[in-house]
Amino acid sequence: MAVNRAHLPPLGPDPPFTFPEIQRRVLSNGLRVWTVEHHAVPLVSFLALLPVGAAADPQERPGLAALTSDMLDEGCGELNALELHDTLGRIGGHLDSEIGSDATILTLSSLARFADRGAALLADMVRHPRLEQRDFDRVRELRLNRLVQMRDMAPALADRAYTQLLYAAHPYGHLSIGTEASLRAMLLPEVAAFHSAMFCPSRLTVIASGDATHEGLADFVKAAFDGWTATEGNGDGVVDPSTLPLPSTPPERVALVHRADAAQSELRIGHVAVPRSTPDYHALLVLNMILGGQFVSRINMNLREDKGYTYGARTSFDFRRGAGPFTLHASVQSEATADAVLEALAEIEAIRGARPPSTAELQTGRAGLTRGYPRNFETAEQISRAAAQLALYGLPDDYFSTFVPKVMAVEADDVTRVARAHIDPSRLLTVIVGDRDKVGPSLPRLNLGAVTEVTNA
Amino acid sequence: MNIPFSRHTLDNGLDVLIHEDHGCPIVAVNVWYHVGSKNEKPGRTGFAHLFEHLMFEGSEHYDRGYFQPLQEAGAQLNGSTNADRTNYWEVVPRNALELALWMESDRMGFLLPALSDAKFENQREVVLNERRQNYENRPYGFAGMAMVAALYPPDHPYHWMTIGAAEDIRAARLDDVRAFFQTYYRPRNASLALAGDVDTREALALAADYFGGLDAGDEPPPVEFAAPPAITNERRLVLEDRVELPRVYLSWHSPALFAEDDAELDLVAEVLASGKTSRLYRTLVYDQRIATEIAASQNSREAGGYFQIIATAAPGRTLQEVDRAIARVVEAFIVEGPTAPEMERCLAQAEASFMYRLQTVGGFGGKSDQLNAYNIFVGDPAFFERDLERYRRVTPESMQSAARRMLRPDARIALSVVPRGRAALALPGSQPVSVS
Repeated sequence: MAVNRAHLPPLGPDPPFTFPEIQRRVLSNGLRVWTVEHHAVPLVSFLALLPVGAAADPQERPGLAALTSDMLDEGCGELNALELHDTLGRIGGHLDSEIGSDATILTLSSLARFADRGAALLADMVRHPRLEQRDFDRVRELRLNRLVQMRDMAPALADRAYTQLLYAAHPYGHLSIGTEASLRAMLLPEVAAFHSAMFCPSRLTVIASGDATHEGLADFVKAAFDGWTATEGNGDGVVDPSTLPLPSTPPERVALVHRADAAQSELRIGHVAVPRSTPDYHALLVLNMILGGQFVSRINMNLREDKGYTYGARTSFDFRRGAGPFTLHASVQSEATADAVLEALAEIEAIRGARPPSTAELQTGRAGLTRGYPRNFETAEQISRAAAQLALYGLPDDYFSTFVPKVMAVEADDVTRVARAHIDPSRLLTVIVGDRDKVGPSLPRLNLGAVTEVTNA
Repeated sequence: MNIPFSRHTLDNGLDVLIHEDHGCPIVAVNVWYHVGSKNEKPGRTGFAHLFEHLMFEGSEHYDRGYFQPLQEAGAQLNGSTNADRTNYWEVVPRNALELALWMESDRMGFLLPALSDAKFENQREVVLNERRQNYENRPYGFAGMAMVAALYPPDHPYHWMTIGAAEDIRAARLDDVRAFFQTYYRPRNASLALAGDVDTREALALAADYFGGLDAGDEPPPVEFAAPPAITNERRLVLEDRVELPRVYLSWHSPALFAEDDAELDLVAEVLASGKTSRLYRTLVYDQRIATEIAASQNSREAGGYFQIIATAAPGRTLQEVDRAIARVVEAFIVEGPTAPEMERCLAQAEASFMYRLQTVGGFGGKSDQLNAYNIFVGDPAFFERDLERYRRVTPESMQSAARRMLRPDARIALSVVPRGRAALALPGSQPVSVS
């Protein structure tokens, strides 16, 4: 065949894709067990989802949920921390624990031949963490050290200032690690009380996936979690963030965190936007793809490929149970800070109507979401994580199979409409972590009023 | 376990490796060029990576950026450069395989006609911003540069990091790009791996169509260098940086990738610092609480390796305390060798890490990347099983012996990274170094 380089080859029809089947069971104690078979490699993965995250921290104890989740692998049942990790090592295990605003997720993967031991170990960590003083002291100290190190990390400084200014006293107004004052004041009994109030079978979903049958996977989970009953106090004290009033827009429009001699300015631009439950979800995804969600998006092509101000700029809607933020993230050359912010603000403004998506942009934005969709279901752990989203946000069983048609139904008018409805340029907050002397003189050009300096604490 | 594949070498020398995996309707297209920062010359560092950026800016027959048609087809794509190789990959829905081959072959064969000053200058700025973001503006970001500069003499190709020196990046010229492309970006210096939902015969026919007509070019010149002089007296260095907590980097020369003792040292690193049960973590972080972070790794590359231990002092603790504790742990390991539970653990972890790498067809570290790595570095894409076997053959005695011979106290570089203006926090006798 002679190669034709005069034009790109046509794609042909999109291949059909069948989503992996999720089987759902409920144990007698209320714990939900979801299973997914995946036989490509002899591995299994157990994901425990607790819909309680940093937003459940008591007002005066930011960091409690994260520290509690950190204590789970510090010894459980008969095992102290070292024995626990020895066991994990011998089954070829990987343990990953993550905490977001709305959820705590523990994932334990192992060689399939040790699946029973993997499930048992995960259950022990969730049900019977030892929560000993000596371990608590050490874990707290390590987290305090981390806070000390964050003073020199521009992205962490930017995230903290941005989060605090946007959300203030709202449960989303702090980083999950908390603050030095809170960690220093924290006591072990608070951790124990938080654990016993939050971790209960009726709140937990365990998603087992990998190289075993549905029945086999469910049996591992059943054997490990059966007999766990709710204790008194379970179910108390968790506020659903979606029921809280939204924080008011901060008076600041531009905030600066001074970092002497910084080689770049770390930027966050955004405002509180919408919850995961918004009916505009799919249209917002398309909007974001066009605006700043992928390499070929407007903001990246402008700031990186046209101007060379940055290694990359991206936008995102952080969809949570309550309204999460819409945010632009970038790290830009110090000298170009004001120009980069002006270009970004202009792009955000333009997509609200002055420059609606072209047919090509709409097509690229939708295709990036739909044609690439099967890629998200390649490994057992990816499938578990996707399923966890269904559990966390209460999405319908047919969510995956309706995703592509719903995205394909988004039209240019929808993009403009949701941009107008959910992005408000007059409310955008710009946070800059950079060198005051290099950046400051150019900031009046933003025309956003006085610059508020935030202390780098 | 292995990665079944078929291999076909086109007339121009390009190896085409195809692995079928019909689990998901996607295909990984992965191209390795056997060129990296070790092919650079002093004064021209950072060039291989800057060049990689230009590969995404369009080629003769599609000169509107590399990302647009592929993202529109649902692809994920990226590339990366290290000392030894440059790789490029796309993971595409299976109906976009031909598109990806069209694009990859066009930039392999026809990059230069589309090159312009404007693109070059733009990407030079982007790379300088990448350097600022990932090195200059990041705590401890200069430590790696200071360490490789100390481990290798100035004319050794591992003396600099792949990102290069900022002044060298600024000094790069468009003519250098042309010469580099003509020397290294040749089918005979590359390997193409296709993994995923493909039919081997159809995929091979497409690959032959798109790549078969490209000019083979000449054999690239070999990288010339002498082995770095052995370190016989410990060298201590101090680097001041914008950091809160002092950190020490301890490095020793070690075997090259796949060479004798390489697997042993990988497992030594695992036993020393992977997980809470590891010896260094347990001693320094868990029991004595004098360090807040600890890591160990065998960094093996084509032309040599280095073994490195990194520890960050806990607030109020000194690097001297930390260093003494590390030395005792390493010494004890050399004297005792690994215990039976340590062997069981590190072998299970090694096996699992091979399995985890078999989960994806594409991307960094997926099956297509593995096939190319084995093909480029050992000339045998089927090396997977032999690679795993290297670890299965490790014995307590061989680990102990490797550690004893490699991790000698007098054969190391000790780099202290301390807060600015507080050089006294470094290990005693450290000489200042500066990196920018």
